[in-house]
Amino acid sequence: MPTVDQAIALGLTAAEFALIAEKLGREPNEVELAVFSLMWSEHCAYKHSKKLLRSLPTEGPRLALGPGENAGAVDVGDGWVVAFKVESHNHPSAVEPFQGAATGVGGILRDIFAIGARPIAVLDSLRFGEPSSARSRYLLDHAVGGIGHYGNSIGVPTIGGEVYFEEPYEQNCLVNAMALGLARGDELIRSAATGVGNLLVLFGASTGRDGIGGASVLASAELGEEDAAKRPTVQVGDPFAEKKVMECSLELLERGLLVALQDLGAAGLSSSSAEMASKGEVGLDIDVSLVPLREAGMEPWEIMISESQERMLCVCEPAQLDEVLAACEKWEVGGTAIGTVTDTRALRVFAGESLVADMPVPALVDDCPLYDLTVEPPARGLYPAPVATLSADAGPREILLALLGSPNIASRLPLFEQYDCIVQSRTVRRPAQADAAVLALPSSPRGIAVSIDGSGRRVACDPYTGTIEAVLECAANLACAGAEPLGLTNCLNFGNPEKPHIAWQLTESIRGLGDACRALDMPVVGGNVSLYNESGGGPIYPTPVVGVVGELPDVASAGRSGFARAGDAVALAGPFRPTLAGSELAKLRGDELPVGLPAIDVAAVRAAQEAIRDLVRDGSLASAHDVAEGGVLVAVAESCLAGGLGATLDLGAVGASDQLERTLFGESPGRGFVVSGSEDALRRLGELVELAILGVVEGDALSVVSGEAPIAATLDELRAAHGALAPLFA
Amino acid sequence: MRFGVIRFPGSCDEVDAVLACERVPGASAQLLWHGDAELHGVDAVVVPGGFSYGDYLRVGAIARFSPVMESVIRFSREGGLVLGICNGFQVLCEAGLLPGALLPNVERRFICRQVDLEVVQATMPFTADCAAGELLSIPVKHTTGRYYAPADVLESLDADGQIVLRYARDANPNGSSDDIAGVRNAAGNVFGLMPHPEHAVDPLTGSVDGLKIFTSMAHAHG
Repeated sequence: MPTVDQAIALGLTAAEFALIAEKLGREPNEVELAVFSLMWSEHCAYKHSKKLLRSLPTEGPRLALGPGENAGAVDVGDGWVVAFKVESHNHPSAVEPFQGAATGVGGILRDIFAIGARPIAVLDSLRFGEPSSARSRYLLDHAVGGIGHYGNSIGVPTIGGEVYFEEPYEQNCLVNAMALGLARGDELIRSAATGVGNLLVLFGASTGRDGIGGASVLASAELGEEDAAKRPTVQVGDPFAEKKVMECSLELLERGLLVALQDLGAAGLSSSSAEMASKGEVGLDIDVSLVPLREAGMEPWEIMISESQERMLCVCEPAQLDEVLAACEKWEVGGTAIGTVTDTRALRVFAGESLVADMPVPALVDDCPLYDLTVEPPARGLYPAPVATLSADAGPREILLALLGSPNIASRLPLFEQYDCIVQSRTVRRPAQADAAVLALPSSPRGIAVSIDGSGRRVACDPYTGTIEAVLECAANLACAGAEPLGLTNCLNFGNPEKPHIAWQLTESIRGLGDACRALDMPVVGGNVSLYNESGGGPIYPTPVVGVVGELPDVASAGRSGFARAGDAVALAGPFRPTLAGSELAKLRGDELPVGLPAIDVAAVRAAQEAIRDLVRDGSLASAHDVAEGGVLVAVAESCLAGGLGATLDLGAVGASDQLERTLFGESPGRGFVVSGSEDALRRLGELVELAILGVVEGDALSVVSGEAPIAATLDELRAAHGALAPLFA
Repeated sequence: MRFGVIRFPGSCDEVDAVLACERVPGASAQLLWHGDAELHGVDAVVVPGGFSYGDYLRVGAIARFSPVMESVIRFSREGGLVLGICNGFQVLCEAGLLPGALLPNVERRFICRQVDLEVVQATMPFTADCAAGELLSIPVKHTTGRYYAPADVLESLDADGQIVLRYARDANPNGSSDDIAGVRNAAGNVFGLMPHPEHAVDPLTGSVDGLKIFTSMAHAHG
């Protein structure tokens, strides 16, 4: 029998080990302890975050499927629902970036087709250390390569994403992948195993020793020196295998052959079967001797917790088994009946005739202790000031070019061009054409827009307000595309929650997330938590990544971020309250992170976003672009570059030079919009929101008359500065 | 006019190709399963983009031996119209239906970009609806798209009018020899190109220039 020391080595506490014995009525054997240690890991049980997550709003008029299933979904009209979810693959990517990122994409895609939706898009959210570090460049290059390898090969477009470079991610990069799927509303399938006597069929790749303890163990502890030795626990992705599994799954569902479907992710067969049994309030008998193996001699516990990729588990009626297996044969994905639905409410594992594990399903899924966090704001700043890269006496033109070329602002095209963004023929706005990606719905004038966002540095300044900013900025991106936000998914990337100051970051961030979603009437449809993102260098910036999906009634009117016509007026719209504290300019100057960010009038922001959205939709605005990192002048420069047109701005009303810097480069995420259009259109927008005319679209340079010396840069100069990331991929 | 679009395990753009074919007035399109040697009486075959059989060996090397490809080879010898797009172009080169080969891009990365193509040959059956010298805006997306043929082959391709499309000046995304984007066989009934005309058939998603390839095929069929 395993000892308590072995349980502790597997990540459980002595108290948890005792509780397992109590639930079983005896000490667990080797198989049972292996299964419990994973089911009760942070990764599977959310034991340090579940209580906080319960505070998030999860109801909404357009909600089609809320948290609890493999992915959430919203109703986007005309009978279509869009399923979506974001998930982290941080620690595997830090150990082996190409495969870590690739299998992150593979895992999130399985979540989508597991509920019966065809995957239609991938987005990614990446965080690395500064590109001046060779390690960061290596991680970036290989993570981007891995995302592209998987998404491009499986035929799902990667339509957007974001990347930030900050020192606290140097030792602990973040790789979050989001996927969207499309289904008819009545076609979604649940993962609940039902019908005593029905059969459990495993299909897809065979089961090997790869990834044993992989995601579950890696995601539940801090990274340390010995992580190179963990490389064998990172799984290897096979997009070709997944494509066949995906097509087979969708065919099985389309033909109505399945009772339930579930993907195998972290903790493999253990968690997928236990979750299916839990949701269906049934038991399952599994015979591991029937599982097709990649290598001989695997122990029952290894088979139960293997994290081999590209596998699915389904439940079907016995009468349908032959047809299910025939479809598996057609797609060459090797289906095998490995178990039966029972009324025992126990997960029983057999190896041939002998019973090797017998565990109550509620004990596995529901009885893991949930912990209250000890919360304490940090006494002083947790993070050192960034290293200065711009001298304090740089003038406005030099600042503008430095910001445009800074790693967090420079053009992302060198990354995006490595992804297929057009396969499936739905992509109406590609990356860099609009603030949000836009997809057309089949046989309908409608469309959807999606964006993913989250600035860790701002959240580090103020976890509550910084998280509200992330939600507002994501919604602002949708507004610029003409879309109304319908639902949100999130991935909460934080340090070790057992440390009180990290617990405080997490608690405040979730409070901000909930308040922002309630203010926008937008439900949280699901999410993922990635904790213990720490290394010898300290914790990462607290990084809640949010993904928002919205709808457009007429996709042909989707907005663009680039100026479109010479002669159009340019304006700054919205309740924009810029400050330099916490801005990108402050980072370039090496300023300390401020403690706290200015409070936000979310209702006013919402009204402004709705006004922008309405005028994009009716075609009044030729362009709309939210003011994000770098402030107003960077946003104008980005609209110039995206449209290939210059602009002349007159900011003569602005006074002293400290005011000028704040006006030009100050930030107020989610609250300001650079828009262009006819004077009449901008006048109408001005009746709805705060608006200041800045100038006019013209020529092939950006010129600013500011009361002092004019600032001027040609489009070529702006483009050269903005192209700063390209050499990273040369 | 009935188009048949092959579906290999690992094909990615086969449904897009079907949608593009169906935009041709009077045309219909159907998928052809890789394991089925029967072409079901289609009038033209499209070998689509993607990663057939995973392309874990040399690109297109396995697909070329599939049952359906045996029939496509026979179909082409009888004069049937065959269009290979991206992976389809690679497969047709592997099958010996088109001259040359596709090598990894010079930068050895996947690249997805809208590029301009110059129509070199505006002739039946694939580009008759274009004008010679016309620029077509069509996206490329591939890792292995650098067209290569020995110098003497390139010379004879040029002399025989088999170079149908070239990347426009400064638009060669992959280092292809002589900026070649698409070639046809000597008989003129088999055409392969790396760019994706099926992703340029709708103003909503970019450009409509690629549709001319499909309408030209329909006109050639009569």
